[in-house]
Amino acid sequence: MTALILDNVCKSFGEVEVLKNINLTVEDGEFVVFVGPSGCGKSTLLRVIAGLEDATKGTVQIGERMVNAIPPAKRGIAMVFQSYALYPHLSVAGNMGLGLKQEKTPKDEIIKRVGEAARMLSLTEYLDRRPSELSGGQRQRVAIGRAIVRKPDLFLFDEPLSNLDAALRMNTRIEIANLHRQLAASMIYVTHDQTEAMTLADKIVVLRDGQVEQVGAPMELYNNPANQFVAGFLGAPSMNFLRHGENSLGIRPEHIQLAETGLSARVTHVERLGGETNAILVTEHDEPITVRFFGQHNIAVGEAVHLTWDAANQFMFNAAGERI
Amino acid sequence: MNSARTALSRKIAVHAVLITYVVIALFPVFVILINSFKTRRAIFREPLALPNADSFTWEGYQTVLNQGDFLQYFQNSFVVTVVSLFFILLFGAMAAFALAEYRFKGNTVMGLYLALGIMIPIRIGTVAILDLMVQTGLVNTLMALILVYTAQGLPLAVFILSEFMQQVSDDLKNAGRIDGLNEYTIFFKLVLPLMRPAMATVAVFNMIPIWNDLWFPLILAPAESVKTLTLGSQVFIGQYVTNWNAVLAALGLAIIPVIILYTLFSRQLIRGITSGAVK
Repeated sequence: MTALILDNVCKSFGEVEVLKNINLTVEDGEFVVFVGPSGCGKSTLLRVIAGLEDATKGTVQIGERMVNAIPPAKRGIAMVFQSYALYPHLSVAGNMGLGLKQEKTPKDEIIKRVGEAARMLSLTEYLDRRPSELSGGQRQRVAIGRAIVRKPDLFLFDEPLSNLDAALRMNTRIEIANLHRQLAASMIYVTHDQTEAMTLADKIVVLRDGQVEQVGAPMELYNNPANQFVAGFLGAPSMNFLRHGENSLGIRPEHIQLAETGLSARVTHVERLGGETNAILVTEHDEPITVRFFGQHNIAVGEAVHLTWDAANQFMFNAAGERI
Repeated sequence: MNSARTALSRKIAVHAVLITYVVIALFPVFVILINSFKTRRAIFREPLALPNADSFTWEGYQTVLNQGDFLQYFQNSFVVTVVSLFFILLFGAMAAFALAEYRFKGNTVMGLYLALGIMIPIRIGTVAILDLMVQTGLVNTLMALILVYTAQGLPLAVFILSEFMQQVSDDLKNAGRIDGLNEYTIFFKLVLPLMRPAMATVAVFNMIPIWNDLWFPLILAPAESVKTLTLGSQVFIGQYVTNWNAVLAALGLAIIPVIILYTLFSRQLIRGITSGAVK
């Protein structure tokens, strides 16, 4: 069974076309991440799936049902928002149970499901608190709990980690991955952060200007990008692009080595992270280039070096950014 | 230590300015109150003196409470003010929600149209309003006043509230929609509580002019049973003789309900003013 099928979905606000002919299939139990720069339409696409926005054209099918005309609450989805969006007047338990209460679920069933979700997210001792009495991480867990208790066919996450600090972000990321394993539910996750996309996804959908640029497993996209945009967007530090006549040559920072001969360059900056060392250089053609060394490396600013790489690791793109 | 001293002197300076302002603002009220307890003669002899054993009298308050039906006037004023505020806030917030939340044709034009009322004083339409009230048989009813004040207060209310309405998180409303709340529940349960400071601001802005208004009660509801307090107090202002005791006593009494209402709103109001600064 498929969890979601989008068929030629378009969305425009007045004259502005935000989504252009999106076709996409999400398999049952799959974790799909929509990634792209801000303004690429990924959040709008999520809203169309949720039913918070209507598609201008095309059909949305969740499970076996066509849901274009079905309101959000009846689509069998649950959504986690960037700003948590907890109800300030309800306790944690009230927040998690409201959706079920609206569906007229029996009271003891609500209590049971809320208890279960709270245990999964270690929120049991906070059930009686108000959202204002919780920390950011706890609030986001409540928001996730609110989605879990509804046992939806499809989870939607809208940049759920953007409001958390770096350390908490990593913990919550792992928690979401574990949750996906435990629940074996279909999930769609929107983010602009390529790290989140790479680490969480079974399948990444790269979007730009309302269009799907490429769909595939993280490593597939990393190793075999369809175009310059995808190549540059995934991976940190991002891929280097060097002029090569009409075309550009792409090479990832970790595939470049120092050598006796080759492209000559001068080091302008070094970032030492302990586990890795990133050097930013300027080539003889005045182009910036980043080189990533694993471990600690005693390269110094101002040093003149020669760079080389295995031609098997390089990518060529034409002037339009397409892979050749 | 030096910074502590500058902080202290700054505190003193700020308080001095604020206290001066309070004194200036309260002075007329103070004069009204002290003179309302003095005999007519004492009021004119020494307007700023406190009432003493010689000049002290309850006469003003007695006149007010005996002559005319002051309790009734009070009640009328109170009903008109509270009901008008209720409608202004309810309809204002609803219109603001619709303007801020829903994308429909003519949304901007509608917003501008509703705000236009801020620039056009409602009194210009007095004759038409009176005509309308006569035809609908609403002359000499409190309903006439309530309708007019609601119309008068709505433009500013819609304008202020739609500004605030846009700041309410979309995610919160969408979360409600996904949980199956209908638009009314989202409005009343989720959005309105967040709007309390803005609503208090609008309430205070509208309350004083409605409570103090003489124009519309005089024209639309001059009958004894529906007189408001401001209109009722005019009995004591004659063409040749004005009963200052009674006028001042009536005004003194009229301050009380406003203070009560204001205290109710002020906590919210302060939160409204500072909310931008804190977060």
